[in-house]
Formats: sequence, C-alpha cells, structure tokens
Amino acid sequence: MVTVISRIFHFGFKSFWRNGWLSAATVAITVLALLVSVGLILFRVVTDRATESIQEKIDISVYFKTTTPEDQILNIKQSLESLVEVRQVDYISSDRALEIFKARHEDDPVISQSINELNANPLQPSLNIKAKKPDQYAAIAEYLEAPNLKTHIESVSYAKNQVVIDRLAAVIDNVNRGGLTLTIVLALIAGLVVFNTIRLAIYSNREEIGIMRVVGASNALVRGPFMVEGVISGSLAAVLSILIAAPVVYFVSPYLNAFIPGLKLFEYFYTNIFRLLGYQMLFGIVLGGLSSFIAVRRYLRN
Amino acid sequence: MIVFQNVFKIYNSHAVALEDVNFNVEPGELISLAGRSGAGKSTVIKLLIGEDKPTRGRVFFGQYEVNKLGDSELPAFRRHVGVVFQDFRLLATKNAHENVAYALEVMGRPQREIAELVPQVLDMVGLSDKAKNFPHELSGGEKQRVAIARAMIHRPEVIIADEPTGNLDPFHTWEIINLLQKINQLGTTVVLATHDKEVINSLEKRVITLDRGRLIRDEQKGKYILA
Repeated sequence: MVTVISRIFHFGFKSFWRNGWLSAATVAITVLALLVSVGLILFRVVTDRATESIQEKIDISVYFKTTTPEDQILNIKQSLESLVEVRQVDYISSDRALEIFKARHEDDPVISQSINELNANPLQPSLNIKAKKPDQYAAIAEYLEAPNLKTHIESVSYAKNQVVIDRLAAVIDNVNRGGLTLTIVLALIAGLVVFNTIRLAIYSNREEIGIMRVVGASNALVRGPFMVEGVISGSLAAVLSILIAAPVVYFVSPYLNAFIPGLKLFEYFYTNIFRLLGYQMLFGIVLGGLSSFIAVRRYLRN
Repeated sequence: MIVFQNVFKIYNSHAVALEDVNFNVEPGELISLAGRSGAGKSTVIKLLIGEDKPTRGRVFFGQYEVNKLGDSELPAFRRHVGVVFQDFRLLATKNAHENVAYALEVMGRPQREIAELVPQVLDMVGLSDKAKNFPHELSGGEKQRVAIARAMIHRPEVIIADEPTGNLDPFHTWEIINLLQKINQLGTTVVLATHDKEVINSLEKRVITLDRGRLIRDEQKGKYILA
C-alpha cells in the first residue's frame, strides 16, 4: 500500500515536470479561474462594506410632544428595544436636542440669537431608531402607529423618508442577491473551464492510459498520478493567484476607499492572506483533483 | 494453458471477426498465428488479453476464464502475460529504463529488486547504453526491444506478440525474432501473430492459420500456406 502511494506521488510529480508545457497551460488556466474566485471573495467584501455604509445612514426618528414626560419616552424606548427588528435606540432629550442644535448653528449669529431670545426650549425630545435590516423600518413605523403610543408622538420621520428608505433597501437587497448569483455563475464557469482543460490534457494521454492498463497497472495506479498532477496544478495556481492579486489589490485599494468610506481592501487582503490562500488552495486542489478523477474515469473501462 | 473454445466474435452480420475458433496452447510452446491482414489474428490477441470479449465461446488462460474477468480483475490477470505490439506502445514520458521498470512497479515489486533487474534485462536485449533514452530518441528496432524487455521482465508465463516486426526493416525483424526465440528457449510460452511468411517458415514451429475469421490449419511444424 505504502509502495503504491509513494509510486503514485512519484509518477505524478515526474509526469507534471516532464509534461512541462501541458502542465504550464493547465496551471495558467487554473490561475485565471482562481483569480475569478479571489475576485469574487473581494467583491463580496466590497459590496458588504458598501451596503453597510448605506445602512448606517438609514434611521427613523420619533419626535414626541413636548408635554410627554421623560419616563414615558424611556418606557417606549424600552419597548422598542425589545422588538426583534430593532438594533439600536438612542434617546435625545429636548435639552440634548437644543445642545446639538446650538452646536450646529454656532457660526450663525441670527439663529443663535433667536434661540437665546426664546425662554422655552422649542425642540421636541426624540428617539432615534436603527433597524437590523433596511426592510424592517416599515414594521417599526407600523408599531409606532399603535394608539397608546400615537397619543405621545408628534411625528415620525419615516413617513417623510419612506420612499428613499425603501429604495435604498431595494438597492441593498439587489446588490446582495445579484452578487450571490454572479458568484455562483462565475464560479461555475471558472470550474468548467478548468475541468475542460484537464479533460483535454488527459485526452492527450489516453493512449498512455491504455498502455498502462495493458501492462497491468491497477486503476488506482493509472488514475492516482493524474490526480496528483491535478492537485499540483491547483496548489501552484492558488499560490500564483494570490501573488498576482496582491499588487492589484494594493493599487486599487485607495481608489475604492475614496469611493466607499471605511473600506480598506488591502488591509483586509493582508490580514486575511492565509485564510484567502487556504480558500484558494481548497478550491484549486478540489477542482484539479476532482477534474482529473472524473476525466480519467472514461478511459479506465475494459 | 491457453484454450479457445468455440469462440465467435461478431461485430455485425457483415463483420464477423472470428467464427468458431478452437485451439489449445501448451506451456513452453512457440506458436505462430498466421494469416492475412483482417484474418482475425489481432482479434485473437485482444480476446486473449481481455481487451475485448467474445460474442460467444470461452477463452481460458491458466486458472482464469478471460471472457468473464471484470474491469477490476483485469490488471492482476495481465501481470501474468507480457504483450508486444506492432506500434511498440511505450510510455512517451518515460525513458527506456523507466518503461521496463514500469511492469515491475505496477506489480508492487520493491525498488531494490527493480534497480537490479532492469539493467540485466536491458543488457539482455542489448540496450544497456540506451537506458536513459526516451522512446522518441530510439529507432524502431530499439523501441521494440524495450517493449520486449518490458514484456519479459516480470517473467510472465506467456509473451504475446502482435505483429512485432510489422514496422521494422528485415535486419531488425530478425533481431526481434531471435530474441523471442531465445525467450521461448528459456521456458516462456510465446504466441506470435504475424503475416510475415519468411519469419513463420524459418521458425519451423507450430502454426495456426486463420482466414476470414476461421481457423483453417493447425500444424505442429507448419509453414505459411494460405488458401
């Protein structure tokens, strides 16, 4: 058994080396497929970050009547926090709202002066609500429609921003769904291209397979070396794909950062490089090994 | 040792490759399968090594009933025979030494034994100095000698040669025939399929003649006679 396994590896490595051009072509095609794969992983990171940054900008504010006691508002806050859709609720009291307003209009003497001239604080206390997902705002807005709450509420910003929020929610949803479809389709195409390349390489060896069988080689000894070759191609291609992707990501990263704030693609690439290499290795090895396994099968009959 | 029992190979009603062929081969014999191209010689060989199955009839090789062997049993069976083909069938990416060694490697023989035996057999076929050469660097005669070395290195009970001299000039033809005779003298059964009249006549051994799929003659000290 040990002898057979060691011979399978020995034959596989030797054949990979001696079939130089054919091996190089297989590795090159596999590199292309794996570049698609690493591209898809990074695309996912970009779209995740982009949708996250849009989501951060969406919220709804509930403005309470100035007569509503603070306890009541804090009760409502608590009840809102218990909703599954709600991620975060911030309470902004009238005083805090005034502070924010003053700070914002510090440089505008007209507004500052008119505020100072008012004896009472005209600003309403409010709750700022962030949902877990953008399509959950409608449900939260509906919750606020309850009669026992409505008596205290002056206005809800959702009604004003509904169209924009819904549209953004739809965009985010489409980006996620489209990204997933794109990932599946491209991964499938990349896989098929590699499979076909390996199939052609093995087709060119079909006579050799026949000779091995006539000489008395077992199926494992015929198939094994081709699988080893596939695995070598896959591993080499995985390493090469990361080496090629690194400078590209480094170059593109600052441009993407300007476009999507908070997106540090190269930093992500660099800190996750071993995980990415692991994915690439897994994809390359499975693809190379499995393609060889399937491609040789048809020549192992009789 | 080898028994063909009422063997038919029919591809379709217009292509009958073998028709009711019966013969036995005893251990240590050297027999020639004679006949024109298309007489059915190669079909006999294919059925003998399990590359094809008869439409009817049975093919025995020692304890094996070849026509009943499944894909998984064939490799082990084939290690009992050595086969030499007209087109040499050497592995292009292996050199002469590795091609010969391959027959032992598939049997799981230890590396030390392989390292010892291969040079001996290459020496026997006169190719010691070409051990590192790849098939494309060898002449037709040399390639066939490598093929014979590969066929005999594991000491099979039978060597089957299908038109082994078909691609060779007269000089190399005799070189190969002499080698096959030498192997036979050492006790190995040899089945030689050929349409070379001179080769068959000079051997003065048993000749089985096929014509259009039928066995028309089986003589102990035969000649190449058709019709």
